[in-house]
Amino acid sequence: MVTLVADLGWAGLRFVEELGRMARFTAGIGSATVRRPIRIGRFVDELFKLGVLSLIIICLCGTAVGAVLGLQGYNTLVRFGAADSLGAVVGLALIRELGPVLTALLVTGRAGSATTAEIGTMVVTEQLDGLRMMSVDPVHYVVTPKALAMIAVMPLLSALFILFGIFGGYLIGVRVMGLDPGIYLTSLQDAVDFPNDVAGSLLKAAVFGVLVGLIATYRGYTTAPTSAGVSAATTSTVVIASVSILLFDYVVTALWGV
Amino acid sequence: MTAADDAHLAFDGVRMAFGDRRVFDRLSFSFPAARISVILGGSGSGKSTALRLIGGLIQPSAGRIVVDGEDITRLSERQMYRVRAKLGMLFQGGALLDSMTVFENLAFPLRERTTLRRAEIADRVHETLTAVGLRDADALLPSQLSGGMIKRAALARAIVTRPLILLCDEPFSGLDPISARRIEALLVEINRRFHITVVVVSHDISSTMRMASKVLVLLPDGAVEGTPAELQASTDPRVASFLNPDLDAAALREVGHVEVQPGPAQGASAW
Amino acid sequence: MQRSPTRDFVVGLFVLVGLAAVAYLSLSIGGVSYNGPKGFLLSCKFDETGGLKSRSPVVISGVKVGEVASIDLSDDYRARVTLTLDPVLKLPIDTTASIVTSGLLGDRYVSLQPGGDPQLLKPGDEIEFVESAVILERMLGKLIHNTDVGNGNAKSGQ
Repeated sequence: MVTLVADLGWAGLRFVEELGRMARFTAGIGSATVRRPIRIGRFVDELFKLGVLSLIIICLCGTAVGAVLGLQGYNTLVRFGAADSLGAVVGLALIRELGPVLTALLVTGRAGSATTAEIGTMVVTEQLDGLRMMSVDPVHYVVTPKALAMIAVMPLLSALFILFGIFGGYLIGVRVMGLDPGIYLTSLQDAVDFPNDVAGSLLKAAVFGVLVGLIATYRGYTTAPTSAGVSAATTSTVVIASVSILLFDYVVTALWGV
Repeated sequence: MTAADDAHLAFDGVRMAFGDRRVFDRLSFSFPAARISVILGGSGSGKSTALRLIGGLIQPSAGRIVVDGEDITRLSERQMYRVRAKLGMLFQGGALLDSMTVFENLAFPLRERTTLRRAEIADRVHETLTAVGLRDADALLPSQLSGGMIKRAALARAIVTRPLILLCDEPFSGLDPISARRIEALLVEINRRFHITVVVVSHDISSTMRMASKVLVLLPDGAVEGTPAELQASTDPRVASFLNPDLDAAALREVGHVEVQPGPAQGASAW
Repeated sequence: MQRSPTRDFVVGLFVLVGLAAVAYLSLSIGGVSYNGPKGFLLSCKFDETGGLKSRSPVVISGVKVGEVASIDLSDDYRARVTLTLDPVLKLPIDTTASIVTSGLLGDRYVSLQPGGDPQLLKPGDEIEFVESAVILERMLGKLIHNTDVGNGNAKSGQ
């Protein structure tokens, strides 16, 4: 019993220690962002790897989620004679919650784990040490472009996810269930306003981008230099990022009043 | 032996420990400029650690490290960048950036750290690649290179900035005897032509004896420093048994040192 | 893998498409229009707003022409509602503003009925004719009270 408490205590201390390390890592990224040379080329490379390569997943899943919302929403609303509000229901659900959260989770799985694996492999093969020996800061050259690209990409992908979702809902509501397309769009426009809904949605996406960017790069950077280390780091990125996304979803929602 | 302040490359009373594991205690030696020096030792003797200490990638628990006459022991990472401009390092696995071609890998330190123009960089890269016999491989990716080619490319990258000191971590590991000889010849040539100080970490005794001006043998209970001739003639039983693997197993066990044969197995474990 | 002009182009395209999506969401769906000085401002004072919110729509004959910019308390403890409207509107000074409910239990919005006076409202003017919101509970309460009184009179009138 006592050892259990002692173990928990040690785990707690190590957790705080880890948070401290992560904070210093984040500060390192922050200072690297403003330090010259500004690596535009690397940033664009990462935008491609994280953003463009995630497009298909985002569009497919967005449409699917929107269609499901359309289906579920219609079946429920039609009982109250409120099927005309389908556009509003689908749109609000996507904009406020499902867009940012699902996009972040999907991106974590695809781009987040790839980032961790890439950096982790560079640790194992001594490429990061190689960079240091050439007087290039690995945080500046490898980590920062990836983290910044993740933050930039998330709101863009989230907006696309939402639009594809609205389209998916449209496909079900209008094409399949026979709702009037004008009503679908109008109910959506009336229900959604910029400050509360859309701005909050973009803010959430940006916050998630920061989270995933930091967690994925940190886990890669601190990989144990063994081959098992890389897979362990990748797994922990997905787990930690997913949990953090959902926790921060609550925090941002509560603070923003969305 | 203690290191004078104007020594080229020296350790003075360096202690290095990773947690509870003590790697070496009060290690002191000095290497001459513009010569090839070798750090010999078995697995786990701390030879790669010594190299990383010289490069400033890790810092010792105690003692002083002098590189090109400067005490680098307590320098910050940012300050080390200045020192590293004088260094070039050949990592055991090459550590080439795997998303770039050989040419780009060599051009990278020149672009980052010098103000050379594009044409000048191209010239320097091609000249260096020719020196290591890889002129035709400049458009290949590291994944397309053989083990020997990776080492040569990494060697080329390490010297492309014409450093003062070249550090090599087990340059012969994982190579067949012919390729290993080729690397050895390259190191000798580089040292002769560019007057670069070369520090090699190795466990291969024969090549060491051929090319080194100074040898540091890291033993479990201390270190011995000397020229190849001095070490061959040494009466110290530890040195003798280290240099002569033909001694019977009992004598080796008595000294507490197990000789490790160089070869592919060794190279693989290094990954 | 290799950096190329094609890749840069693709990334640029991606960023453009993404920003366009954000813009579409914000402007078309979110409705970041009718804003600030370009809108035509009018105010009106109500006894009861009944849950009217800022950004609630302002409607003429069912067509949205603007929204509620702000609601605050006037000095005589009535609700001063400021409306921002489409600048092309020409509203007579005897226009009426009423707070109505969409459906029975829906959101509140402001409905304007233009009058017939040749004089027009200028920006910053106050709409004089108002109908405050009807609170369902009060109406029901009155109804019940009247019924009780009716019953009471009937009883006492025995």
